[in-house]
Parts: sequence; structure tokens; C-alpha cells
Amino acid sequence: MIPREFDYVAPATLEEALKALREGGEEAKVLAGGHSLIPLMKLRLAAPSLLVDLRLIPDLRGTSTDPAGQCIYGAMTTHRELHLSAGGLLAECAGTIGDEQVRARGTLGGSLAHADPAADLPAAVLALNATLLAARLDGNGGSAVATRSIPAGEFFTDMFTTALEPGEILTAVQVPQLAGRTGTAYVKIRNKASHYALTGAAVVLQLESDGICGQIAVAVTGAAARPFRLDRVEQALRGTRLSDDDIRGALDEIGRLDVPWLSDLFGSEEYRRHLTGVVVRRAIEAARDRAG
Amino acid sequence: MAIGSMVGASVRRLEDPKLITGSGTYVDDIRLPGMLYVGIVRSPYAHARIRGVDMSQLEGKDWVVSRVTGQQVRERQRTPLTITWMIPPDARTPDHWAMATDVVHYVGEPVAAVAVDNRYRVEDAIELVSVDYEPLPVVTDVEQALKEGAPLVHEALGTNQAYHFNVTTGDIQAAFRDAEVVVKQRMVNQRLAPVSLETRGIVAQYNRAMNELTVWSSTQIPHLLRYHLAEMLGIPEHNVRVIAPDVGGGFGSKLNILPEDFIVPLMAVLTGRPVKWIESRQENLQNTVHGRDMVDYIEIAARRDGTILGVRGTIYANLGAYCRFFALGLPILAGLMLPGNYKIPAFQVDIYAAYTNTLFIDAYRGAGRPEATYAIERIIDMLADEIGMDPAEIRRKNFVQEQDWPYTSPTGLAYDSGNYVPALDKLLHMADYEGLRARQREHNASNPRVRKGIGLAAYVEIAGWGPGQATKGIGVRNQLFGSATVRVDRSGSVEVFAGASGHGQGHVTSWAQIAADVLGITPERVRVYEGDTALVQTGVGTFASRSVSVDGAGVYMAARKVRDKMLRIAAHQLEVDPADLEVVNGIIKVKGVPIDEDVVATGTLQTPEAAEPAPRRWVSFEQIAESANTGHDLPEGMEPGLNETAFFDPVNFTYPFGAHLAEVEVDTDTGEVRLTRYVAVDDCGNVINPMIVDGQIHGGVTQGVAQALWEEVVYDEQGQLVTGTLMDYAVPFSTDLPMFETGFTVTPSPVNPLGVKGVGEAGTIAASPVIVNAVVDALSDLGVRHIDMPLRPEKVWRAIHARSERMEDQP
Repeated sequence: MIPREFDYVAPATLEEALKALREGGEEAKVLAGGHSLIPLMKLRLAAPSLLVDLRLIPDLRGTSTDPAGQCIYGAMTTHRELHLSAGGLLAECAGTIGDEQVRARGTLGGSLAHADPAADLPAAVLALNATLLAARLDGNGGSAVATRSIPAGEFFTDMFTTALEPGEILTAVQVPQLAGRTGTAYVKIRNKASHYALTGAAVVLQLESDGICGQIAVAVTGAAARPFRLDRVEQALRGTRLSDDDIRGALDEIGRLDVPWLSDLFGSEEYRRHLTGVVVRRAIEAARDRAG
Repeated sequence: MAIGSMVGASVRRLEDPKLITGSGTYVDDIRLPGMLYVGIVRSPYAHARIRGVDMSQLEGKDWVVSRVTGQQVRERQRTPLTITWMIPPDARTPDHWAMATDVVHYVGEPVAAVAVDNRYRVEDAIELVSVDYEPLPVVTDVEQALKEGAPLVHEALGTNQAYHFNVTTGDIQAAFRDAEVVVKQRMVNQRLAPVSLETRGIVAQYNRAMNELTVWSSTQIPHLLRYHLAEMLGIPEHNVRVIAPDVGGGFGSKLNILPEDFIVPLMAVLTGRPVKWIESRQENLQNTVHGRDMVDYIEIAARRDGTILGVRGTIYANLGAYCRFFALGLPILAGLMLPGNYKIPAFQVDIYAAYTNTLFIDAYRGAGRPEATYAIERIIDMLADEIGMDPAEIRRKNFVQEQDWPYTSPTGLAYDSGNYVPALDKLLHMADYEGLRARQREHNASNPRVRKGIGLAAYVEIAGWGPGQATKGIGVRNQLFGSATVRVDRSGSVEVFAGASGHGQGHVTSWAQIAADVLGITPERVRVYEGDTALVQTGVGTFASRSVSVDGAGVYMAARKVRDKMLRIAAHQLEVDPADLEVVNGIIKVKGVPIDEDVVATGTLQTPEAAEPAPRRWVSFEQIAESANTGHDLPEGMEPGLNETAFFDPVNFTYPFGAHLAEVEVDTDTGEVRLTRYVAVDDCGNVINPMIVDGQIHGGVTQGVAQALWEEVVYDEQGQLVTGTLMDYAVPFSTDLPMFETGFTVTPSPVNPLGVKGVGEAGTIAASPVIVNAVVDALSDLGVRHIDMPLRPEKVWRAIHARSERMEDQP
């Protein structure tokens, strides 16, 4: 199918992109890799009047390290780039997205800003305690660019909904450096048709020298209307040796979770709740073993 | 049959260079000057009264060239979309017009159409048409549709039931009364979408001055489409030309006359300009036929030693909103083939077919036989489980045996030939069945989380459609005989025109092999034409695993006629008797005469007179071609030319058979199933090209595995399609599958001169029960007896936790 008529611009700078977005009004949309938006437009489920394509803006690409040792990934970093060079959890997670063609075009920023409840990367940025950087023009109608930081934990507010304000563009993702005996893992059960995560879990953990779990972050995607952290599972596991019994006991918390569970042809709420336990356990075990 | 050096060889596919380099021509590659693009306005409701169609918003849009409502289309359509298989003769069927006029009966039913001069505006034009609907009550489920008080899909019929059909043989009451064990199960054979990679597409061009219509269609049946288009439009048949260019798969979905097949050519007639319609994937999932959708209640009566005493079943078949091409016959075929490979002394099947507010069902790869095979192969596995017998052993015990031929099944079908025990034995040997079982026991004893299962199934199907008298007798209205013309040109190149219409099967190669062997030349010298009604004498098309045994046989017979004439010419020129001649590598020679190896190797002879002393003992293929096409040096009274046509009407269907086995691993944590091994032994009679036959088995098995594990068309209670995109309808990926191991036994068919049976659907027919049997086998220790397809992880997980599903009450 062919989308409705729309205008298209591909600015060379972030400032021009923000301007175009402001002038385009409510019906303007940002285009990153296009793997979610373009299919929606072809199905005529989305009909933006203007697409602001970010592909020509050099500032949104590439990876750098800030003085504090945090890794900063440009929003237009593709899944393929993450998979091949980010290392760790982001690489593992990005490598499970779609196929080669999808990973070659799909982007980190696009995936996060679209906030598909079954997307993979939201779980990774939640577990990594990443910070998302967003840019907008300052409030006085001028052209100065203002930037703010949004903790990943506050970014995903609902299905396809984020903390981004109208006129704002996600520019980068800041990931704190992991220190010590750390292990990470991303485990997902795929929806057989879409190959998105029916349920996926990302885990970041750090072991003390005596093998006790010092820090652990567990994030789940696909199961509910938005990705979420399993705070009480994390609490229950801190200070343990992450034995099979420790993990089994902590997973009891999932039964008491109050999240907006999804239910569809491929998984009822009950099944997703069950799968959450499975993928979380498998991800914790893998991360624990990797932390050695 | 004279098997030469080419038949039986894995000749590389002659059609592939264009297909794999992107230089083929599909319908969408055809662009004509001044072409318009057709868009179809479709019903968003599964059942509603049309109160009005408002097209006023299209006024003043200069890119909109033409538009029609259902009423306008109805006025131009002389006959409804045809039902070509009328069985039983008194089945209740609604007239199916290409466009709805007052009531829509399924989501996607056409209600209006537009023709615009810019492809980018098609969906815009569709959006500008507003239709006022009054929603009506909806029924989507076949068992619900048959209940008292269900909403009526077609009020004029007074019922949703199209027919009830019964076959009973033997003393079924006694069989169940005397049985030592009875096993029963309700089984759902879920609705599927064919999902050919190329969607449907039509280009039509009408010459008003000559009243001539040319249609390029992604169809499996160009000649039948021409006949029915001529009939519906009121244009003489010889003024309609249908061309099936390269076609990217069909699986039965292009074996039909669907609404667009009339609407699109009509737009060409109305506008006088060429028009194109290429189906989107959503239209393909929503509006091209669906397959299967039967609910079976099956019972088997047996002795404790595994001897089957009787089988009875009730089949509820969902026809969808209308009755399409072969649809009435498919549930009956499912019933007639239900006895499968087994001797069943008492048998009874009752078949109820009903209309619902869903897309019409019709043939999809296997078409009735997968449903039959699934039901009998599942219930036999359940019986084996119940009495603690090995699934291979119970099959061997009850198989129709070699000495039982000629064999007529409990439903009256005379199987052409078969030998089921060797096929099963070969399968068990290839798979190392005993070793597999031992490793399974060992694995499952030590690994409670991932459990291995082994499943097998035998099948026999009915292919080679078909014998004229037999198919007339069961209500098939169209012809089903094969035809071919073989022509040798002056230069000695050969052309074959066949009545089949391949769309991926490799006919270009297989027919070339058949003709080449008869004529004593190489396949590369043979060019094959199909799918153009102006080139091909007549035809039926490609479906029902019919092409090789019917049209392929026609190619063989026409080539034989050509060969005979060439031998007569050669005999005249060499002054010998034709019976003393043979053809070897392009040389026609007196039997036993040695020919220089260079001549044999090249197949040609530049200067025979100089190379051979008189008297001449041989002559080249080219020389005879030259003689025949110039009319020089022919026997007295012989017509010039080398152009022979043969028609072949087989005396019976063919009954391909085989046995398949799978090994699976089931993750009891998640319910996920992984297929780890698949072994297939098939008997399709003589094999023309083993590589092509392997390819058919691979593709067929993949679709059968996909039905077992992944695919399902789902409607909600309002008749809205839930699985409307490939994000929701799960098709198989090659990465989901292991390498298949294939083997053959060869039991020639006696009903055609090639001894072939056909192989297009065999894999699909066998695979679904194999997989379900394997998964249930993996979980039988946990008390799981049956899980309905598709075996989505959640269903498997629930079965593990809920133990077995109980047989539900019949309606």
C-alpha cells in the first residue's frame, strides 16, 4: 500500500530539524530508521503531514566517551552498529532485533522513542540505568537548542508513549560504565510472527569479591504496555549468592506484580506473567555465569 | 515407458537463470501505455446491509478516470462466479457476484471500485468513497453456524448448512460394540492463508474496435479463467486471451475465479484503457481464499492387539461466506480419504458444510487430503498410546498389504497402486528408529526440562486430476484431461506446448526432459511454453498434483507421435523399416550400427555423406527436421511438418503415498517446540527429476510443519480478521527448520504412460500429523494426549500443565 501524501525534509543540522519539527506542528513526525513508522504509514494507521528525516545530521551518529567514563551513543546509531561495536548488553540485545536488513537501518533512538511495548532495546537501557538526552528549541520561539536528560526509568510512560515533549528529539543515550565483576544478559521469547519480544528480560549485575550480589538491575519488555524494572526482585537478590534457590525465591515477586500486562493471540496475561519468570531466571543465570 | 538418460536425472532447472537474476516477467512487471490502476473498496464489516455508496467526493478529481458500484458491476456480469465442483448435486449455494449490491457477507467483500491514472493515488481514491452500512449479526464458527437460531449468512437459503453428506460401509455399530478399546478425539484443522510470495495481480487490456480482451493474470488456470471471463463478460471465448506470465507461487490460491478476476477486466472494458491491479499483502491475507477450517470428531474401535475394527467421524466444514471453485468437494475429499493407508472393515463419516461470515475457503496445498491424513494419523497414534503399542508397529499391522491390490478403499476409491510397508521400513531404516527411541529414553530420563519426542505418520493421497468420466460422476464441471503439442522446427529445435500452468514447479525442465528422452536429444534443445491461451492448444492448469501425470503424459504421447513420424521419414530416406531404427543422441540410425564417438558426443553430424560410405545407415535429427519442415524427401503421401498434439484422459486418479518422521524437542518451561530432525520417504511413482521432486517435498513439508506449529487465520467474534498482516500471521522461516532428509520408493502408477503419480502436495499432507504426533509423544508421560494445531508455545505450556484436553460435546 501507498501512504497518504506527506512532506519530507532531511535537514543537515539538529537545529534545522528542530525548527522543521516546530513549524510542522502536531502532524509532523521524526523519521529515524523508519522500520516502525513507514509500515504504519503504508497501512495508513499513521498519516503524518511532514517527515523530518534525521539521517543527514552527523551529530546524531557515532559513539563517544565522556570524562566520567560514560558511553554516549548517538540516537541514529543503528542496531547493526550496536551489535558489532557496542559490546555488552546493548550489543547482545541489538543483535536479537529483526534480521540483517532491519538491523542495518533500524536505530537506537528510533526504537526508544517509538516505545513499542515489544521492542528489545528499552529493556536494555532500563537495566543499564541509562540516561536519555533530548533536545528542543528554547521556549521563546528562538533557535537556541536546549538539552535535557531523562533517566531511562522515567522515559517509557505507556504503550507507544514516552516522556518526550512535542517538538523534542531524542539525540543520544548515555550509559554508565560498569565496574568490577559484572555480567549482563538479554533473553527473550519471540513472537513467532513478528519476531518481536513476546517477553524479554535484560539483566545487569555486579558481584562482590566474595561472590555476593552487590548490584542487580532487571528489566522486562514485551510483557506489559510498557517496559518495567523488577525492583522487588532486585531487592530480594541483593546480598545473595544468586543460587538457584535465591533466584526461585525472588521470582515469587512476579506473581505480585501490578503492571498493565498485555494479552494477545500469542500470549495471554497469565502466560506472559509465567514467561516473565522464565526469561528473568534465564537472564540472571546467564549474567551471573558471565560475571564469573 | 522408455526411460532414457534424461528422465530420472537431476537436470538443473532450465527456467532458473531468468528467475534468479531478476529477469523474469511477473504481472507487476507489465507496464502498458496509458495504464490505469484499480483500487477496490471493501467492506469493513463481516455482515451488514449497504444503505448507500457515496462516491461524490471523487468528483472533480481529474486523476479518477472511472468508478463503479456493486449495482453497476452486477448489471455487467452475465453469470455469477462459477462453482466448478457441484457436490453433492443438491448442495445449497448462494449466487456469488463479484461485488456486493445490498448485503456484505465478510470483511473485505468488494463494494465499489475505482480506476485512477496514478498508482500513488489508488488508496486516496478508496478512502474518498464512503459507504453507509447497517451492521447485521455475525457468525464465524462452523459449529455455531449450524446451531438453531444462528444468524443466517444468506437469508434466502433459509439455513447456513450447505449440505450433509454420509458414507457408511460395513457394520459400524457392531465394530464399536465389539471393540476392546475405543479412542475418540475432537480435532481442529485450523484455517490457513496460502501466502504465495507473489500476491495476485491482473493486467487487462480491451480493444473496443475488435471486442478483444487480453488479460495477464497471476493464475494457475489460464484456460479456465478465459472460459469463465468470456462467459461472465459476454465476449466470445476466442476474443479473450489469458496469459499467465511468471507466477510466484499459488498453493491453490490462484486456482479460482475470484471477484477481482471479473472486476479488473471489467474496468478495462469500461474505460477502454489498460488497467492493473496488484494485490497488497493485506488484501492477500484478507481476500484471497483461505484453506482448511474443519472440525473433526473422530472415533476408532480396535482390539487390544492393535487390529482396527472401525472408524467413524463427523466433519464440520466452514465454507466461509460463499462457495468458491472446488470448495464444496474439499470436506467430502477429507471424508473419502479418511481411511488412509489402512484396512478398515467398518467405516462411517458424516460431513456437514456450512456458511459463515468469513472469507470463503477453497483449495490450499493438499485440499482435503491433509485434513483426512491428520485425523486418521492422529487417532491411530492415540490408539497406539492407549494400548501401549509402537506407532510404527500399529501402522504396519493395519496397512493395506501388497497382496491386497487391486484395492478399493472403504469409501469406494480404487487406489491405483501402492506398497506401504517398504516405504515405512525404509523410513525407519533411514531414521535409525530404534536408535532414536533409545536416545529419546536416555535423554528424557536425565533432562526433565527439554523433552524429546518422535512422531511419524503414513499417508496416501489422491492426485492426478483427473479422469474425465470419474470426475464428471462426482460433479466436476470442467475438463481435467491433459494436453500437449510437440513441434520440431526446421533447424531442429523443439517446442513443447503444455496444458498445465506451472508457477514454480519446474515444468520447463521436467517437460523438456520427457520430450528430450523420447526424441533422443538433450533437454536444452527443448523449449517449453505454458500459460498462454493463444499459444497452448487447450489446458486446465496446475493444481491437485496433476501436471506430470496428466499433461506430462500428454507431452510424452505427443513426443512419441513426433518421434514415430521422424522415424518414418528416416526409414524412407535410409530405405529401411522404421522398426529397425533407433534414436541415440540426436542420431537416427539402424539398430546396432556403430557410430563414431565424436558424432555421438556432439549429437550432430556436419557432413554425413562424406563421413560415411554408402549405403547410409543413419541420419541426423536436424536432417529429418529439415526434411519435414521443407517437405523434401518425405515418404509418398505424408503430410509435411513435425507438429503433433496429444490429449490424455487418464482412466483413474493416482494415489501417491509415503511415511514421514520427525524428532522434536519441547521446552516444558515455555512450551516452545524445536524441530530437530525430519525424515521423509515418498513414493510418487517414477521420478522425472529427483532434484525437483526433493524441492517439492521440502516446500510441502515446510507448509505442513507450519500448519502444525505456527500458522492460523483468526477472526474475532465480529468477523474482524485478527491475523491481517505478517506481523500476526506466522509464516515459516528457513531458519526454523532442520535440513530435511528425503528418500523414495518407486511404485509406478499403471494409469499413465509415464508411471508417475505426482508430488506437489505430498509433503504438506504428511507433515502436520508427524509434528503433532512428535510433540504429543514428547509429553505423553505428562499425560498429554492431544493438542490442537497450531502448537503455539502457550497452548503447549497449558497442555503440559492442564494434562489432557477432553473431548468436547458435539453440537
